[in-house]
Amino acid sequence: MRVLVVDDSKTMRNIVKGVLTGMGAAAIEEAGDGQDAMSRVDAFNPDLILLDWNMPVMDGISFVRAYRGRKKTTPIIMVTTEAEKTRVLEAIQAGVNNYAVKPFTPESLSKIIEATLAKAAPKAA
Amino acid sequence: MEVRHINAFLEATKAVFDTMIKAPVTFEKPQIAKGRANYDVSGVIGLSGDVVGSVIVGFSTESATKIASAFACSPLQPGTPDFADAIGELANMIAGGAKAKFEGQAVSIGCPSVVVAPAHQISSPSGSASICIFCNTSMGRFAIDVTMQSSVQKANTTNNGAAGVRAA
Repeated sequence: MRVLVVDDSKTMRNIVKGVLTGMGAAAIEEAGDGQDAMSRVDAFNPDLILLDWNMPVMDGISFVRAYRGRKKTTPIIMVTTEAEKTRVLEAIQAGVNNYAVKPFTPESLSKIIEATLAKAAPKAA
Repeated sequence: MEVRHINAFLEATKAVFDTMIKAPVTFEKPQIAKGRANYDVSGVIGLSGDVVGSVIVGFSTESATKIASAFACSPLQPGTPDFADAIGELANMIAGGAKAKFEGQAVSIGCPSVVVAPAHQISSPSGSASICIFCNTSMGRFAIDVTMQSSVQKANTTNNGAAGVRAA
């Protein structure tokens, strides 16, 4: 599993990386904002993107719209403090596949990641 | 500021400590503050939208170091970028978690700022109400210091002072 972790907080990126490492992620790339993520995503070719909302330069929702605008289907999980229903709806309408609200336990984030990947996995013929 | 707002901050703080720091936190009685207390380390986040104001998560150097290190799962030292980042993210989660519970009010939070200076004080605009909630953990005591008012109320305020940081 190759995962791109996008958050302007290095602390949060390290916490998320810890969860992913525990899940056996093969490769983890980091980005500090949406624009940084956009510059890395093609070369890294992730299986999953974990994305914060509130970031400088380019926020998470802008990244999702731009990324999906390029017809990219990589699963995206928004990992954010934005917990209002209107925000969740906005993110889903923009194209995120799942949503994790900070703060979270490692166990809850792992379950969200597993569920997202299971849903996104190609079905057997 | 209403009781539900205070409860929102208490719940948000407890959620952060329960899930990510895994340490119990208890709360002292919220106090109405005429001015803000002095802190050695502050995580500051602005509120905007239907409610305007700011949230300070204020610490002594010792409690900030212990709590930030527990949050980051690695030892952090004051004055380093990683320390400021951890404090800022703590403030972000507490403010973000609280504002999500402000039912019927659309509120946005800004990116956190972190101030590290002995016994500094962050002042608030005159005429705004301030509530201080001291919190106790095994890693020390810290404060959730909230100044906020409805944006309608602020627009009607005739005396607008400027907020600022003052060294002790």
